[in-house]
Amino acid sequence: MGRDQLWSYILRRLLWVPFILLTVSLVTFALGRFGPGDPVRVLAGQRADPETIQRIRQERGLDDNFFVQYARYLRGIFRGDLGISFKYYGLPVTEVVLPRLWVTFQYNLAALVLVFALGIPAGVWAATQQGTWRDPLIMGILLALAALPAVLVVPLLQYVFSLRLGWLPTGGWEVREFFGWLEVGLFSKTIVLPMLALGLPGAAGVARLTRAQTLEVLGEDYVRTARAKGLGERMVLMRHVLRNALLPLVTLMGFAMAALLSGSIILETMLGIPGIGSYAFEAVFARDYDGIMAVVLMGATAFVVANLVVDVTYAFIDPRVRLGGSPQA
Amino acid sequence: MTMAQEGMVPTPGTWRRLLRRRLALASLAIILLIYGAGLLAPWIAPHSFREIDLGNTFAGPSLEHPLGTDRLGRDVLSRLMWSAQTTVIVSASALVLGGLVWGTGLGLLAGYLGGRVDNIIMRLGDILFSLPDILLLLIITATVRPRVTDFFRDVERWTGLGGIVESGAPDYILVFAALSLFGWVGMARIVRSQVLALRESDYVLAARALGASSLHIILRHLLPNVSHLMVVAATQLLGTAAGAEVVLSFLGIGIQPPHPSFGSMIFEAAGPRNMLAHPNLIFAPAAVVGSLLMAFSFLGDALNDVLSPRRR
Repeated sequence: MGRDQLWSYILRRLLWVPFILLTVSLVTFALGRFGPGDPVRVLAGQRADPETIQRIRQERGLDDNFFVQYARYLRGIFRGDLGISFKYYGLPVTEVVLPRLWVTFQYNLAALVLVFALGIPAGVWAATQQGTWRDPLIMGILLALAALPAVLVVPLLQYVFSLRLGWLPTGGWEVREFFGWLEVGLFSKTIVLPMLALGLPGAAGVARLTRAQTLEVLGEDYVRTARAKGLGERMVLMRHVLRNALLPLVTLMGFAMAALLSGSIILETMLGIPGIGSYAFEAVFARDYDGIMAVVLMGATAFVVANLVVDVTYAFIDPRVRLGGSPQA
Repeated sequence: MTMAQEGMVPTPGTWRRLLRRRLALASLAIILLIYGAGLLAPWIAPHSFREIDLGNTFAGPSLEHPLGTDRLGRDVLSRLMWSAQTTVIVSASALVLGGLVWGTGLGLLAGYLGGRVDNIIMRLGDILFSLPDILLLLIITATVRPRVTDFFRDVERWTGLGGIVESGAPDYILVFAALSLFGWVGMARIVRSQVLALRESDYVLAARALGASSLHIILRHLLPNVSHLMVVAATQLLGTAAGAEVVLSFLGIGIQPPHPSFGSMIFEAAGPRNMLAHPNLIFAPAAVVGSLLMAFSFLGDALNDVLSPRRR
C-alpha cells in the first residue's frame, strides 16, 4: 500500500491516454473524410476546372484508401507535421493554429486569474457567514452565473459595458507588440469581455469548493487552539484556515483548463477574436480536414491531461481512490 | 452543474425536505411554466412561428403583439413559445434516448454483469466524458446533417409520405441523437454504482436463491431502487440538453429556420448594431433561456443536497 500503488495507478491512467487519443482521432478523421462537402473546392475556388481539382486531390493524397490516409496523418504527427490547411491556402496547420492558440491562451489565463480572485474570497466569506442569509445569497448568485452559457453572457456584457456604458470595445482583439515579434493582448481593453464572460460563470466551482473546505477546516482542533490562544479571527483565517483549505483547489485548475476549447468556440465567434475556437468553427465549415483534426486532438489532449492531473491529485489527497479499480474521469 | 454523488440515499422525508426549499420550488415552477408553454404552444401561441408580416417589422409591444415583432414581422411571444416547444422536444427526447435507454440500460448492464462488460462500457463512458463535447457535437451535426436529410428525402419517396423534411423532424432527430451520444454517461455512472451496492444486498441474494432470472432481478428489484437517483441525473441531463440545443442552434447547426429555437432567435438579434437598435429582441429569448438554465441548476443542486446524507 502507498507509493507503489500510487505509481501503478498513475501508470494505468497514462497507458489509457494514447488509446483515447487514437480512438478520437480515428473517429474525427472518418467524420471528416466521409462527411459531405469537398475542401478541394474550397481551396480551388468557384471556377476551378476539373483538371486543377484532380491535381490538388492527387497532391494531397485524397484519392488514397482511407486507412492509408489515416496512417500517413499519424506518421506526420510524430514528425510534428499537423498537415496543411485548406482554408488558409496551403499554410501548414501548425502555422495557422499556434498564433491562435496563443490568443486563446491569453484570455483564458486572465479568466483563470479572475476565477480564483473571485471564487476564493467569496467561498471563504460565505463559510464565515454560514447560518446567515448572506451565505446562501452569495453562493446562489455564483451558482446562477455558472448556469449561463457564453451565448447568454456575451450579449449581456456587450450591452452593459460596451453599448450602455461605453467602457469597452464590443469585440475584436488588439495586441501590443514586444521585441518586434511577440504580440500580447493582455494589456488591451479587448481582453476584458472574454475574461469576464469566462471568469464570472467559472467562479462558482472554486467558491463552492473553498467554502466546503473552509467549513471543514474551521471545525478542526488546531483552529480552536489558535482561537483559544487569543489569535484574532483574521489571523486564524489567513494563517490556519486558508492554508489548509486551498490545497484541493489545485484540482480545479485542471477543469478550468479543460473548459478552454468548448467555451472558446462561442465566445470567439461572438466577439470576433482570432483564437483557436473561431478557427475550429471555420475549419468545420470549410472542411479543413487537417485543421479539424488538429483542433480536436488538441482539445482532447487538454481534456484527457486535465482529467489525469485531477485524478492523480485526488489520489494523492485521498488514498481511497487508488483502491477502486475503475478510474473515474 | 453539480454531479450527483454516489451513495445518495433517499429517506422517507426526502421529498418533503425538497418541498420545504423555496428556491427549489420556484425553480420547479419556472421549469414547469416554460415546458408547459412549449407543450401547449400549438394551442396557446397567438400566432404561428412562420407567420411573416413585412409591413410590421420591429414593432414595439402592442395588444396584438405583446412582446413586439422581429425583423420579419413575426410575433416574438409566439416564437418564444414555439422555441420552448423545440426545447421540450429536444431535451425530452435526449432524456429518453440518452438517459433512460442508453444511460440506464448500460448502467444496469455494467453494474449487474460486471467484469468485461462493465469495463468496456465504463471505459467508453470515460472517453466520451473526457472530450470537448461542443466541438464534437459541432463536427457531428455539421457532417452528418446532409446525410440525415437525404435519408429522410428517400424515406419520403419510398413511402409517399410528404412533409417529413419540411416539418424539420430530421433536425430534431439529429440534434437529440447527437446529444444522447454524450448524455448517457452521467446516468450510467449513477445507476451502475447503485446497482453495485445493491447487487450483494440480502433481498437480491434471496431473489437469486429463489431462482429469479437476471432480467427479473434487474426489472423488479434493482430498477425501482435506483429510480430516485435517476431523478437527479435526469434533471441534469434535461438542463444540459436544453442548453446544448440553444448553443448548436446559435451556431447554425441545430434546429434550422424557419423552425424556431432560442438559439437562432439569439443569433438573429445578436451583434452590437442589432442590440443597440432592438435590445428587446435578444433579451426576450435570453431571459427565458437564462431562467430555465438557472432553474435547472438550482433544482439539481437542491436535489443533490437533500439526497446526500453528508450534508444533512
